[in-house]
Amino acid sequence: MADLLNALAVAGKSALGFQAIFFALLAIGINVQFGYAGLLNFGQIAFALLGGFGIAISVSQWGLPFWVGVLVGLLAAVVLALLLGLPTLRLRADYLAIATIATAEGLRLLFRSVSATPVTNGTRGLSAFNGDFIALAPWNTSQRYSILGTSWSGGELWVALVGWILVILGSLLVFLLMRSPWGRVVKSIREDEDAVRALGKNVYVYKMQALVLGGVFGALGGMVYAVGTGSAVPDQYQNANTFLAYAALILGGAARVLGPVVGAMILLFILQFADTGLRLLISNGIIPEDLLSSTDVAQIRFVLVGLGLMLLLIFRPQGIFGDRREVMLDAR
Amino acid sequence: MTHAGNRARRHGRRAGTLRSLPRLRGRGRPIEASRVVVRLLLVLTFGLGLAAFSPGIASAEGEQVAGTLQTSRSGPIEGIAVTVTTAAGEDVDEVETDEDGRWSVDLPGPGQYTVAIDADDLPDGVELAGEASRTVTVDEGRRQAVIIGLEDGSRGSGGGTVKAVQLLVDGIRFGLLIAMAAVGLSLIFGTTGLTNFAHGELVTIGAVAAWYINVSGGVNLIVATILAMIVGAAVGALNELGLWRPLRRRGTGLIAALVVSIGLSLLLRYLIQIVYGGRSSPYQGFQGGRAVNYGFFTMTNADLASVIISVVVLVLVAVMLQRTKIGKAMRAVADNRDLAASSGIDVNRVILVVWMMGGALAALGGVLLGLSDQVQWDMGFRLLLLMFAGVTLGGLGTAYGALVGSLIVGVFVQMSTLVIPNDVKYVGGLLLLIVILVIRPQGILGSRARIG
Repeated sequence: MADLLNALAVAGKSALGFQAIFFALLAIGINVQFGYAGLLNFGQIAFALLGGFGIAISVSQWGLPFWVGVLVGLLAAVVLALLLGLPTLRLRADYLAIATIATAEGLRLLFRSVSATPVTNGTRGLSAFNGDFIALAPWNTSQRYSILGTSWSGGELWVALVGWILVILGSLLVFLLMRSPWGRVVKSIREDEDAVRALGKNVYVYKMQALVLGGVFGALGGMVYAVGTGSAVPDQYQNANTFLAYAALILGGAARVLGPVVGAMILLFILQFADTGLRLLISNGIIPEDLLSSTDVAQIRFVLVGLGLMLLLIFRPQGIFGDRREVMLDAR
Repeated sequence: MTHAGNRARRHGRRAGTLRSLPRLRGRGRPIEASRVVVRLLLVLTFGLGLAAFSPGIASAEGEQVAGTLQTSRSGPIEGIAVTVTTAAGEDVDEVETDEDGRWSVDLPGPGQYTVAIDADDLPDGVELAGEASRTVTVDEGRRQAVIIGLEDGSRGSGGGTVKAVQLLVDGIRFGLLIAMAAVGLSLIFGTTGLTNFAHGELVTIGAVAAWYINVSGGVNLIVATILAMIVGAAVGALNELGLWRPLRRRGTGLIAALVVSIGLSLLLRYLIQIVYGGRSSPYQGFQGGRAVNYGFFTMTNADLASVIISVVVLVLVAVMLQRTKIGKAMRAVADNRDLAASSGIDVNRVILVVWMMGGALAALGGVLLGLSDQVQWDMGFRLLLLMFAGVTLGGLGTAYGALVGSLIVGVFVQMSTLVIPNDVKYVGGLLLLIVILVIRPQGILGSRARIG
């Protein structure tokens, strides 16, 4: 029983910690692109990589101030979105999907390669760049605080607080945008591109704006993650994370302002609970070690996400809050 | 499913799906749903079946360091003394490499160890690329691989043309391999409109199945390859019958299907990692033979076999597409599904055959990739991106386009190492993909109508 309570507490912590913020921000970005505009960006993690490394490289390699690093990261994400959008946004949806997933994998390979080591420090990555940010915390960051049976370091709390404020501001922005004329055009592009074009709107430009906005959210997510872990390692940005964010979005409900946020919290809660639970069952000998060893547990989360993604799309594509008519899944 | 001049039909169909949704919900769905669940369970049991297939992998007891000494020109190097010492300088053991160039040493426990080889024993022409010793940290229960870099003069030295020819030949081998795996991907796209992100896992399943049959089962690799192709065809058929056909029947949109294929890809990829593990290991009996010199380039017999097999198989596929009834039907369905159906072609049967063929070819591609690069759990996913590049370059949905495009991508990726480092060569291929999308999005053999 105590084990169960403990597992619940650990899962609850991860549903509120910086990882949940990371996925929530990625999913908010994907929501703008996929949920509202109908763009299939399968390389959201590339934007996060640029955001995280934007700070890391600027601060620990070039010695720039932290906030300049944030700007560098955001700028890099905008440039990447433009580069990806230019060739593919005039084509059918799956071309953008292929180009983005290829770019995400390519960028990760590039960042971890030997030739990039002078800048990114290769597979080992960069660290010690979040000092300026942590120092801003209004409380003592070296102390640990206990909240509801879980222990948080002061730094973690600070990152989580700022992160959730970012998530709230982001959601507010999306809410306002989608009520604006811009949002209505973007949503109608999702429904019928030709009709929007017939009304004299430049579909290409609107799509590009949505792609850039979503990419900026992705970069913010990557920054929260990099600052939260205190390090930027290329292999943290595996493309499977993009699909974790997709799972969070679809679970919560695409084309809903709070869908990605709630989805990310629930997803991380489930994953962490499954993780802790399985480890407990293995260490208690309930699941025999031959069937599943504790090193395999880390992979189970992706298996669960893959299965969940399939089942959700087959049986409930609108997720928890979504509206079936608004989910862009029938199209082209 | 967007064919030329079919815009009106497409819109009609979309409206039709919307209208028929409530009806679907009312009657057809529960039965359909339970069928899908049953079939998903089938897929899962298959995965678990694979898990039972792998005795003694997860339960490796004690710590070990191991490695292989070989270069592409000399082949495996036998009889080199390998000394393992603890961090404190105490000797643990000294062993010699076996005829496959392999060595392994059992360790007393986790910790730091230094592995050293005797550089004077190395055969002529082989030199150390770096230090003769390496210090590694071994975690509890881990088998730690130790790589000691060797240089045989095949890289870096030699004239520019010789190196270029060598890379060209390597590129053709690699391109043929991509082509074989990609033909199925392209045909599946052509016949069903599905962009199958789980196709890479068919490649991995083929390679891993062959590995288990070959290494754990002790079966000759050629037999194992044929068995793996049968497994690949079965997995392909299971894919179609268990998942995609029911989804098509209930009118799932293409984008939903695409995300489902991503889910399937994640599920399979990480199941394979759990079953097979994160290591990379070679096939038995065919490992790193000595390279044969053909004048301008050198090639191991395994690589030569790989080229010959690919060419023969691809020619067979082409003949099949061109001459046989089912091949013609495949091209007809890929070209215009509705017209094919109204001409009396059983579209579902054709699609099933395409899936089985695609699965078998992907499995064969996986084995050949495992032969040259060793078997890894994510080999298929990495190849998938190059397959996409090849298929897009050639023209999505066309069988011959996949062939031409993949060859170009393979050659481009290998040749690009003339100017860029080896570990970023895949990035070059992916860049090529994006450049193609700018210049000629429909690909070399594709038609303009498919893309926009």
